[in-house]
Amino acid sequence: MKLTLVTGLTGLILLATIVELLRRRQLREKYGMLWLGLLFVVIPLSLFPRLLDGVADLLGVASGVSLVLFLGIVFLLLVCIHLSWEVSALEEETRTLAEDFALLRAEVEAERAERAEWTRRLDRTEMVSHDG
Amino acid sequence: MVNGKRLLIIIPALNEAASIGDVVGEIRGELPGVDVLVVDDGSTDHTAAVAAAAGARVARLPYNLGVGGAMRLGYRYAHDHDYDVAVQVDADGQHDPRYVPKLVDLLDDYDLVIGARFAGEGEYTVRGPRRWAMGMLSLVLSGLAGTTLTDTTSGFRAANRRMIEMFARWYPAEYLGDTVETLVHAARRGYRIQQVPVAMRRRMAGTPSHSPARAMIYLGRAVAVLTLALIRR
Ligand SMILES: Nc1nc2c(ncn2[C@@H]2O[C@H](COP(=O)(O)OP(=O)(O)OP(=O)(O)O)[C@@H](O)[C@H]2O)c(=O)[nH]1
Ligand SMILES: [Mg+2]
Repeated sequence: MKLTLVTGLTGLILLATIVELLRRRQLREKYGMLWLGLLFVVIPLSLFPRLLDGVADLLGVASGVSLVLFLGIVFLLLVCIHLSWEVSALEEETRTLAEDFALLRAEVEAERAERAEWTRRLDRTEMVSHDG
Repeated sequence: MVNGKRLLIIIPALNEAASIGDVVGEIRGELPGVDVLVVDDGSTDHTAAVAAAAGARVARLPYNLGVGGAMRLGYRYAHDHDYDVAVQVDADGQHDPRYVPKLVDLLDDYDLVIGARFAGEGEYTVRGPRRWAMGMLSLVLSGLAGTTLTDTTSGFRAANRRMIEMFARWYPAEYLGDTVETLVHAARRGYRIQQVPVAMRRRMAGTPSHSPARAMIYLGRAVAVLTLALIRR
């Protein structure tokens, strides 16, 4: 009974945290939905840990609880893989941004140099005409 | 200039080289004196070059940000260059620029005017889950906005200065955020929203973006996005 209380409460606190983060726009929709979906599985399970015993039997796992542990680890692994994938995509994007920025800077600097060259030449011709 | 207002047409475009030239050309023909900004969102075809050749200003994003990302860039441009009105138009030729003055006319009394299908004009229809999703969206958003909105996902919208200022600061890049969430956000903050019936034309080229299988997913996501928009502040 005590255990059910602890696990159930943990689930509810997690749920509240995620909803609040989503409300404050600190979490993008796609991640928020993932965690919300997970909680809709976890909360019933934390209240009724025996729920998966039947499925565990079918798969040859000793008890529903170990099945939950196993599935939990698989899920976390998948999340890690997904995050690595996202980070790779982000790195590729910052790389493109840096390149774009360097190209723009090169263009601006070339233009500035050209303009400086022109004004220098103009000054010189003016000086010549004053002398002559 | 339309009705004495400085007007910017913003066109978000992804791989629309086949139609963007005609779209820009038609806008410049029908609405002389307006500026056209095409936001090329990492297209892999010649969208940017074709748009520039047709006389549009082109902003090229380094990689795809989605319609919402492209539109915030557009609104920032409008804000920085002090336009009175910004009108979003699709790059596929579905929006008839001859409706633009009608939309702009209403901007004295409203902040955001939507060119809407299903409001009497034209015979554009959808069926199945996509229709249910649109029905649900229009019911909830009409309630929030205090006026009938039949086409909440329309990409044909005109914004006045007040609205441009907000959109330049805040415009979601998430899925359906550019349409649904912006409406919820604007309605809640007291911006006045109105719609004008328009007839939509067929795509000029390219392939339509929805299939029957995607319609069901669309419904689910629409419900999720709307719920989220409603609990968000
Ligand atoms: N910037 C940007 N624009 C996009 C993107 N995807 C689509 N668009 C543009 O958004 C507009 C609307 O896209 P469509 O594919 O026509 O969407 P739709 O009008 O709802 O659907 P159909 O025309 O019926 O396929 C067009 O101008 C597209 O070029 C994107 O990822 N980024
Ligand atoms: Mg279209």
